[in-house]
This record gives sequence, structure tokens and C-alpha cells, in this order.
Amino acid sequence: MGPRLFPFGVDPIRPEPTTPLTIILDGVPVAGVAGQSVAGVILAGGTLGFRRTSVHGTPRGVFCGIGICYDCLVEVNGRRDVRACQRRATEGDVVTTQHDALPPGGAAA
Amino acid sequence: MTNNVIIVGAGIIGAACARALAVAGVEVTVIDRGTVAGGTSAACEGNLLISDKGPGHELVLAQYASTLWKHTVAELAEQLGDTFPSVEYDPKGGLVVATTVTGAGPLLSFAAGQRGAGVDAWTIDADEARRLEPDLGPAVEAAVYYPEDAQVQPTIATEALMASARLHGARVLENTPVLGPIHDSAGALVGVRIPSGELRAGRVLVAAGPWSGQVANLLGVYLPVRPRRGELLVTTRMRHRIFHKVYDADYVGAVGSDDGALQTSSVVESTASGTVLIGSSRQQVGFDSSLRVDALSEIAAKAIRLFPFLADVAVMRSYGGFRPFMPDHLPVIGEDPRMPGLWHATGHEGAGIGLSLATAVLIRDLMLGIIPPIDASPYSASRASLAPHLVDVA
Amino acid sequence: MNASNIQVLVIGAGPAGLAAARAARARGASVTLLDSSDQLGGQFWRHLPPERPSAEERMLHHGWATFRELSETLEADDGCQIFRGAQVWAIERSPERVDGTAVGLPGAVHVVVGEPDGVGRQRLALRPNAIVLATGAHDRTLPFPGWDLPGVFTGGAAQALAKGERLAVGRRVVVAGAGPFLLPVAAALATTGATVLGVFEANRAAALVRGWLPNPWELVGAANKGTELAGYLAGHLRHRIPYRLGRAVVAAHGSDRVESVTIASVAADWAPIPGTEQRIEVDAVCVSHGFTPRLELAIAAGCALTADRFVKVDDGQGTSVSSVFAAGEITGIGGVDLALAEGRVAGHVAAGGTASDRELRQDRRRRRTFRGFAARLEAAHGIRSGWPGMLTDGTIVCRCEEVSFSALCGAAESTGSRSLRSLKLSTRVGLGICQGRVCGRTVEELLGRRLVGGLGDGVTADRRPIAAPIRLGELAADPVADVATSGVDEFDQRNSESTRGPT
Repeated sequence: MGPRLFPFGVDPIRPEPTTPLTIILDGVPVAGVAGQSVAGVILAGGTLGFRRTSVHGTPRGVFCGIGICYDCLVEVNGRRDVRACQRRATEGDVVTTQHDALPPGGAAA
Repeated sequence: MTNNVIIVGAGIIGAACARALAVAGVEVTVIDRGTVAGGTSAACEGNLLISDKGPGHELVLAQYASTLWKHTVAELAEQLGDTFPSVEYDPKGGLVVATTVTGAGPLLSFAAGQRGAGVDAWTIDADEARRLEPDLGPAVEAAVYYPEDAQVQPTIATEALMASARLHGARVLENTPVLGPIHDSAGALVGVRIPSGELRAGRVLVAAGPWSGQVANLLGVYLPVRPRRGELLVTTRMRHRIFHKVYDADYVGAVGSDDGALQTSSVVESTASGTVLIGSSRQQVGFDSSLRVDALSEIAAKAIRLFPFLADVAVMRSYGGFRPFMPDHLPVIGEDPRMPGLWHATGHEGAGIGLSLATAVLIRDLMLGIIPPIDASPYSASRASLAPHLVDVA
Repeated sequence: MNASNIQVLVIGAGPAGLAAARAARARGASVTLLDSSDQLGGQFWRHLPPERPSAEERMLHHGWATFRELSETLEADDGCQIFRGAQVWAIERSPERVDGTAVGLPGAVHVVVGEPDGVGRQRLALRPNAIVLATGAHDRTLPFPGWDLPGVFTGGAAQALAKGERLAVGRRVVVAGAGPFLLPVAAALATTGATVLGVFEANRAAALVRGWLPNPWELVGAANKGTELAGYLAGHLRHRIPYRLGRAVVAAHGSDRVESVTIASVAADWAPIPGTEQRIEVDAVCVSHGFTPRLELAIAAGCALTADRFVKVDDGQGTSVSSVFAAGEITGIGGVDLALAEGRVAGHVAAGGTASDRELRQDRRRRRTFRGFAARLEAAHGIRSGWPGMLTDGTIVCRCEEVSFSALCGAAESTGSRSLRSLKLSTRVGLGICQGRVCGRTVEELLGRRLVGGLGDGVTADRRPIAAPIRLGELAADPVADVATSGVDEFDQRNSESTRGPT
């Protein structure tokens, strides 16, 4: 159960064969298809929550999917705060999930 | 004279004065054309600084203020209870870094002068500076650590002081602009006209920050408070990497400067929410609040000089506010000799948050006829350094 | 000024922006077209990347031929410079005006060009003669308990992933909220292999009838839109998706991801009706309650807004700021045909034409018709006042800063503040990285209703002088002022192929 890429042979839009790619999510290879967003690869790989929030430590993932909500932030190849839904995955991308603790005594709303 | 006061302005100065007077039993009415903490107090860093002040009257006021903050914060927390947001008082200390060889000498002699005036200013070497701030860049020519520098969240501090004032009986009228003065037959100010009619009181205290000149003008006197715009950047949240208030030594020069043109200096610190606050520019552009990209670029470049890792960090927000600039760099605290009944508590430039508590004590004591804990005469509207500026040349 | 000397900058390459660019070119102006995406088409025509050509991609779209024609024409046109991956992060107002010319200077538009959220993207500072803002809108989703769980998506997310990647956000999905947009969301899911368990529209039949029926002739005029909707409805029947009125998702449940949702009947004002709850097991839920226009650039440019918070425009789509035009969803939510008509008028007038020109006759008529249609939509599907009945004390209102409903109300109560700015700063609501894009209007409504006398500081959540995050290193770099010599048009050439897949 969960997100999945529409199986290739069934899709009525008659797609041509896709090119596979692999990204590394927190050290684990995840298979995707060339042209997908980083978020799409992560979702299709079965992970919905891939960030932990700073105040309550709860999981978050894709929410708006169009770059508005910034809930899907990940580190890509060492650069932080990349919206996974806006960034195209490229072969070998090293994606690290972000969990930023508040400073000691930091505000908890 | 009746025991009541109208305070014009619901920023931190008005709130602190309202609280001090209300606690002393004075009947206080605060009016503001907007809302509490609607102006400069919601658009600044919340600095409680000693480090940027050289020997002189402003330093004396700041030193006195810094003795007041800790117990005031505790009083407010006790009085307002757990549901009230924390004022985020943090005596984190300040680190001033000279990033150039030419900046090192002036910083060290400035600190030496401050030590002579009782400031805790520790000259430290680059290694010690890096122990305090491991992510400092290579450009550390000299550094001075100021353990007395502290921080509050200025908007919450304002709300807290005002909430406390209310609990002591102060009345706050928001969305209530001053329309004009009410004078008695002798020419003394005995109240203000507001949209709903008249408000009368024995004294009217103008605490309208950078708008104090406009309010004073409405009431019939000229006061040379000018707006000086300051711009800040806020980064996205990150892990805690900056532990003190960190400035490059240019800050000292920019604050004291009379130059109206754009000046920037780097002030970098973490906030309780995990963001980093980066300031700030200083520019006299009237009340023009439009975004100036050149100012932001300069601030960014200087912050990166202090902390190179910031280059890859994203800015998500900028905000700017107007500081109440005085031509002789001192606030005006006390009665206006030109108009009985008119009082001022304004002109604190970029130091109003820190100086608010001390200002309130002076105002309270002067109004009640008590001798204040520090000499109030240097801040008087009749001081010699202000006299040449009290003639309206505009 | 001769039209050929006019530089028109179009911000946003969705339907309105593409139409504006085309119309401005038709009058001979030179055009620069920016979009933050690496594709043209905006959210409406979000499509598969060039790596994934598909013979029948048009099946996923409405007006695909129009998109192909617009985008291919502009891409082939040397007078239209297209920047993909171009994020406008600030607009500086210019006090100067050039006298004696038809078009003044609207100010500097600051752009970073490169991969989304990249590092070291190229900075541009553009100073066009006219700007057309076509920044569109995004879903508005009201908070409810559990809406912060992974697996809860906006409708826009489901659509973007379906159309842009052929990814279904779940296998067993519920679609809920309000508005006709729920139907294409459900259709997109169904045509991407998901089972849509139901579409739950909070408004009731009576509201829909009131909204749709008083002037049915307008629907006839809006034939294209009507057909589109009818198509979606037919699609529902085909896929056997239940469509229920007067119901809402009032909670999502799960530990680390959504496992089920509670559906309840809601009153005409959307207040949930106790005792009507029904739990459904799902692996995803898509919720949208309408749209919020993306106003930050318009506000930065100084454009006046209407009472209902869209960009105010005149007959020629001109805003209150001379030489700044607006088209599409930022002037009102009205669908693709209205966006296209407004875009054509805006581009034409920005390029020196006038609103009364003969060639705009048809667009003026369409615009009238579709605006009437938009008003009907709002009447039928607009957010109703009882929605906060869904909230519990612990419901997160601001997702970024994790501010709960009770924390927000508690701060308002304890401070006595009536200032949005102050309450933002004291609770951090709306101060996180999305800068209140998701929660801003919700917070304004919640506070405005709760506070005696309403909010008193006249501040709105829509003002964002920094319109998109920019790295400090990028900000510190000098911008390139002259686009022609910048070389940035070589950015990511692969993306220029993105609309050249098989038709």
C-alpha cells in the first residue's frame, strides 16, 4: 500500500520505456525513473514521512507537491533546504533527511 | 496636579513606562494609532547591549538597564503565568570580531575605554574566539567578549510589559491616534484630542519612537527625532551553530554615525526557534519602507565574512524598522521645558529595547518627584547638546 | 514608445503567462518569460519530463493543444527569451518614471536562475518597461486533526504527481474539501491507478444550486468550462467514484502515516454534525478547500488588492501601479479560459495596445462571461464560517512552526493582543519557512473572529518582501543586469526539450 508509479504497461497514455535511476536516501539506495522529482522517487520507494519536525519530532513528507509548503525539505548532495518536490532526481543523488533540533531552551509553541 | 498620565505610543518604551507608573499607583492611559508593539518594537533585534556603547551617558543608562532586566523578566513570568509566551531573555554574551587589520586597533582601544567605564570587556585571541564560536571564518584579527550583552524577544517583551501594566490598572486604547493638544489657559498641556473626543490628564508622555517628532509636532513643539531605517535578514532553521551575539567591529562605528547614507555592519545570532538573525543596515530614507536589495546584499556579504558557512544558508524573510534617531545620539527623557505637561521618552535609536526599563524608572521617578537612581539631567530635553537641534529648520 | 522597443517581462508560464507572452509578441514587443519550474505550462499543464515521452499524454490534460501551440510558438520565437528555473525573489519599487513615454519603469525584478533551491544560482536584476504578473494560485487547505500526518496531501499534490510523474499518492484514496477542483483531482488519481473511495464536498446541494442556477446562461457562455466539468463528472461515473455533498474529512488518523480518516456530515456552515462520523481506511487523503492567489510579487510591486484579496485590475488588466499588469488566478479564481483571456489582454496592453482595441473584442467578452462563472463558483463552493468546528485544542494550525490551535488562542488571550504581527512574533505562527503560505489566511480568520474588534494592525499574511528563499551567498553576489550578455539562457538546455515530446 502507499504511493506508486503507475505500472508502465497499463498506463493508457502509452508511455515509452523509462530510464531507471538510483538515489541514496540516508545511505539506502532507492530506485526511481529518470525525470522524477526527488520527492517522487522517495514516495514511490514507499517512504511517506522523511523529515522529523523540530518541536514535536513528528514525521513529515510531501504535502502540497508544488513547492508552496516546504514540508518536503531534504539535503541533496550536501546542500540543505531543498524542496524534494521541486528538484529533479539525478543518478546517484545523495539525499539526507533533515531533523533540526531547536537550540537548548528553544521556543516550543 | 492630578495623578494621571496619558502615554502616546504602545511600543516597548510606552509599555515599560506604563508599567512603572501603574505599579506606582499612577492612573495611566496608553494610546496608540495602531496596536501594542505595532512599530519598531516588532521590527528590531531585541538587543540588550553594552558592547556597542563607549563611555558616556548612553552607556550609563545601558549599564543601569542591564541590572533591571533579569529580575523584571522573572517578575513578568511570575505575574503573567505559564500561558504567556516567554520573553526569551538570554544573557548569551556578545563577541565583537575585527575582521580586518585596520579594524583591530580601534576595537581594542574602544574596549580599553569601556573597561575604564566599568564594562566587562575581555580582549581574547583568535583561538579563544573560535572556542566561543567554532564556525568563525579565518578573518579574526582581534576579538572582544562582552559577557553582559543579552537578548530578549522584543515583541513579546513589549506585550509582557503592557500586559503587566494592564494588570496594575493601566488602560490601553488601540487604533486611537492623537489628533491634537488640549491646553489650559496658561498654555500647559492637559490632554489630547482623539477621534472619540478628549482625553485629559496631568501629563502627556510621548513615547512614539521614530514617530515622536510627528506627535510632538501635533502637540505644538518641535522635536528632532528622525527615522533611521534598519533592515534584517532571517535564515531558515538550522542546527544550533552560533552561540553568542556576534558582531563585526564596524557595528560600533555605524551606530554612532551621523551619516544618512547606507551603512551596514554584521550582527549575527541564533534565535530560540533555530533561525539565525542577521543585521543590519542603517539608512536615513524617511519613512520609506520599501525593500532595498543593495542593503540586503551588503548585510549578507558581511555576515559571510564572519561565518563562511552562512553562504549556503537560505534567507527566508527580511524585515525592517525605523529607529528613532537623535542628532546628539542620546534619548530624551523628561519634561519638555517649552510646554508644561508635555513629557518625552524617545530617541533611543537602536537601543530602545534594552534602555526601556531604565527609561521607565527615570520617567516614574521624575514624575513622582523622587530622585532617580542615576542622574537624569544628561537625557533632559534642555541639555546643551540638544539645544542647537531644537530649532525647526525644516 | 514603439512596441518593438518595449521590453515586457512575464512572470509565470502557466496559461495566463503564456497567453500574455504570445499577445505581447504579436504586438511586436520583446518578451522575457520567467518560470520557477523547468517546464512551461504551470500547475494546470504540469506534464511529464522529456525523459518520459508518451504517445497519448494529451489524455491527462484539458486544452493540451492550446498549450502545445502556445509553448512551441514561444520557444521558436527569437523575440521571446524564456528562463526556466527562474525564481523571482524580490521586486524593488522604482520611484522614477520616464516622462513622455507610454510605459513607465515598474522597478527592478530580482531573479535567481538555476536548479530549484540550488546554491550559487545566477542572479539577475531585470528592469523591463512592463511587467505581467501571472503567478497563479495554490491550494488552500484548512487544518483539521491529523492533517500534518504523512499521507495527507493537497489536491494539487495529487494532481502534480499524477500528471508530472504518473505517480499515485496512494492506492486507497479519499478526496475531500470544496470546489469543482476536487473532481479533476479524483480523475487524475483514478487515471493513475489509484482507487478513489469517494469525493466529499463540504457544501450541500442547496449551496451548489444557489451558486450554479441563478444565471444558467452564463454556464452556456462558459461552454468550454462546462464541458470540462461535465467531462470530469462523466469520468466519475466511468470510474464509479462516489461523490457526496455536505461531508468532510474531519480527522486523519495514524501513527507515522495516515491509516484512516473520519468523514462526517457537516452543516450548511461546515460545522461537523456529531454522531455522523464514519471511519474509512485509506493510505492517502487529498484535501483542498479552494485556492489562494500568490500575491507576494504583486504586493512587492505595490499593486492594490480588492476587498476579497485579489489583484485589482482595470479593463486592460493594468494594476494600480503603472506598467504592471496582472492576469490569471491572482486576479480571481476563474479557470483556464479566463486566465487565457486575461493573459491575452494583459500582454497586448503591456506591449502598448489599449484595452478597447478591436483584436481584444472576443477576449473582453470571454472575460466577462468567465468572471461571472467565477462568482458562481465562489457562491457554490466558498469556505463557510463553521469550519473551525473541526479543530481540537491540539490541532496544528501552523505546520512549519507546529503551533497548535490552543497555543494560538492562548497567546491571543493572555497578551490581549489584536495585532497579527505581534501574535505571529509571539507564537511564531506563520513565521516558518513557508512564510504563512499554508496557514496565513487561516490564522487571520481564526484570530479575526476570536478577537473582540478583530485584528487591529491592518497587517496581512500575504506580504513577503523576500518572495522565495535565497542563499546568503547568492544574495551577496552582484546581479547581472544585462540579460543579453549573461549567458544564463544556456541554463540547463535539456529543459528546453521538455515540451518537445511527441504530441
